[in-house]
Amino acid sequence: MDDVYKPTGMVAIMAKIKIKIENLYKIFGDSPTTAIQHVRDGATKQSLLDHYGHVLGLKDINLDIPEKKIQVVMGLSGSGKSTLIRHINRLIEPTEGQVVVDGEDVLAMSQDDLRDFRRHKSSMVFQKFALLPHRTVAQNAAYGLTIQGISEGDAQDRAQRWIDRVGLGGFENHFPAQLSGGMQQRVGLARALATDAEILLMDEAFSALDPLIRTDMQDILLDLQSELHKTIVFITHDLDEALRIGDQIAILRDGESIQQGDPQDIILRPADDYISDFIKDINRGRVLKVRSVMTNAKRAAGPKLSMDMALEDALQALASSSKGSGAVVDGSGKTVGKIEMKAAITAIARPDRSGVTPRYK
Amino acid sequence: MEFFTEFPEMGRQDLRDFKKGIDASFREFSRTYGEGIENFFEPLLWFLVWLEKLLINAPWPIVIIIICVLAWLGSRSWKIVFGTAVAFLVIGYFGMWEDTMSTLAIISVATLLCIILGIPLGVLMARSLRVQSAVTPVLDIMQTIPSFVYLIPVVMLLGIGKVPGLIAVCIYAIPPIVRLTNLGIRLVDKEVLEAADAFGADYKQRLFGVQIPLALPNIFAGVNQTIMMSLAMVVIASMIGVKGLGLPVLRAISNQYLALGLLNGLAIVTLAIIFDRVSQEYGRRLQAHRHGGDNG
Ligand SMILES: Nc1ncnc2c1ncn2[C@@H]1O[C@H](COP(=O)(O)OP(=O)(O)OP(=O)(O)O)[C@@H](O)[C@H]1O
Ligand SMILES: [Mg+2]
Repeated sequence: MDDVYKPTGMVAIMAKIKIKIENLYKIFGDSPTTAIQHVRDGATKQSLLDHYGHVLGLKDINLDIPEKKIQVVMGLSGSGKSTLIRHINRLIEPTEGQVVVDGEDVLAMSQDDLRDFRRHKSSMVFQKFALLPHRTVAQNAAYGLTIQGISEGDAQDRAQRWIDRVGLGGFENHFPAQLSGGMQQRVGLARALATDAEILLMDEAFSALDPLIRTDMQDILLDLQSELHKTIVFITHDLDEALRIGDQIAILRDGESIQQGDPQDIILRPADDYISDFIKDINRGRVLKVRSVMTNAKRAAGPKLSMDMALEDALQALASSSKGSGAVVDGSGKTVGKIEMKAAITAIARPDRSGVTPRYK
Repeated sequence: MEFFTEFPEMGRQDLRDFKKGIDASFREFSRTYGEGIENFFEPLLWFLVWLEKLLINAPWPIVIIIICVLAWLGSRSWKIVFGTAVAFLVIGYFGMWEDTMSTLAIISVATLLCIILGIPLGVLMARSLRVQSAVTPVLDIMQTIPSFVYLIPVVMLLGIGKVPGLIAVCIYAIPPIVRLTNLGIRLVDKEVLEAADAFGADYKQRLFGVQIPLALPNIFAGVNQTIMMSLAMVVIASMIGVKGLGLPVLRAISNQYLALGLLNGLAIVTLAIIFDRVSQEYGRRLQAHRHGGDNG
């Protein structure tokens, strides 16, 4: 595969595409193949349900998921997030379309190949943990390995490392029901990591947790990712979570993908009023980065600011210097651009969008 | 007018011929296959006789000790173990030891048979809606049809004896374990099953690693009911030649021996209570990990 992924952000990162989803449709109902025609002819989710009694799960989804990055899929309840992620390991069969992983069509796989794919190449973390209640923490963490045919003892030895890594050392012999939600999801994470699969599918993995615990789990995940570089597909309905951990974000509404891009991009250039409304309450100064508002330049005067500095920090530095502008430097300290105080302030100011449709109808 | 007051029945001669035809063809069937079927059940008979002899011939203190150990393993409760010991001592003291051992033997074999046949059948039912809708009415019939009705063909085929009795007990007692196995598997948390699928579990790994373990409390409730129902059948089974506590009850009915009937009846009830308590406790312990509680 030499498909190359180019985000539309200001700084293009090149990365290999790991998962390619093309023209994916999913319709729930008795005769999806006839219903799909109505969708092509422009039926919306609501009209398909009202007139034809079918539920539109996904409509014409095209998504390139880059290797070793965190792809977030975001949307409100019922927008089709779970349906989408379950197509990647084919827990759900599509009505139409393609899912290609590393150049191989997942939908064309035989049952045996598919089982192999699920055992070795992908693993999954679930919203309600989905642990086996009759197995201990150690046995649960080793579950994926035992499914591969590894003996219970060896599997537990191998899984031990991941139990320790998620901070559950000492709880090996507890049963899931004896643990708090946060701890149970750590077991879920250890179970998913233990098989060393390259692809990690996380369906609202942290949504059932208290806010503080959720932030903890996000930290654990980011920390693990900086070391493991897996291809992660992360579903959430929480924008802050999406912005915090996503390298890429896709937004779904009523089964349709309405915008894809990196977080900076979505905030600076929301595709429509729905998304503008969605992002209106976030702290733009903290989320937006210097690199998103700089102009390219080889040399610049003023304080030196890192590309990945948040704008709120950059503003402080700019304000305390007399220049009103600063030099943007990359990781090695080389100047790559220039940032104007005015541009930074404009980016932070909430765009005026009177008359947007409210998020909750 | 006559049409409305007299039901338009089939002609008498026709009806007689109809019944005769059925009887004759079944008799024919049992003549041809009776022996084969009897041979088929030979190992079962052998096992039943062996167990019965073992229980009767073993020294009674050893039998009581073994039963108490089993009660302890099942219930982990000294109260139940003590109650069991006292119950068996009293039963023996009132001269019902041998009959109790015979009943114990047939109940054990019947329960074992029901488990061996019933659990796989329940698994099949849970796997396919077609099997479920085919088997459910059969189970309904087995539970509601008067036992005497199916005793007739069984006796015609196999004569009077232990095996027909055993079959009669099993027909009556197997439905709950089949039903509850099916139900238990169908009630298994869909998310957990999905997790098993997501990690690439095959059919066997799903069944033995997830479905059966999670359905175990229900399956166990089925076993418990099966035991209770087979105990309820001992009296009827004794009518076709099964020894045990049912036989004296039968004698008591025909001769109006109140005390004999009462004592043996109470012995059956006592066995039922012991089985029930022990298996309930065991079922509870099986589920302990579901509710947090003690460290496993
Ligand atoms: N098996 C099914 N049969 C019929 N409709 C379904 C089925 N599964 C999902 N749907 C419908 O498809 C749509 C998308 O569901 P999905 O579970 O993917 O949403 P979601 O974005 O994950 O929502 P949530 O945040 O509530 O989990 C919903 O309208 C849902 O009712
Ligand atoms: Mg969902």
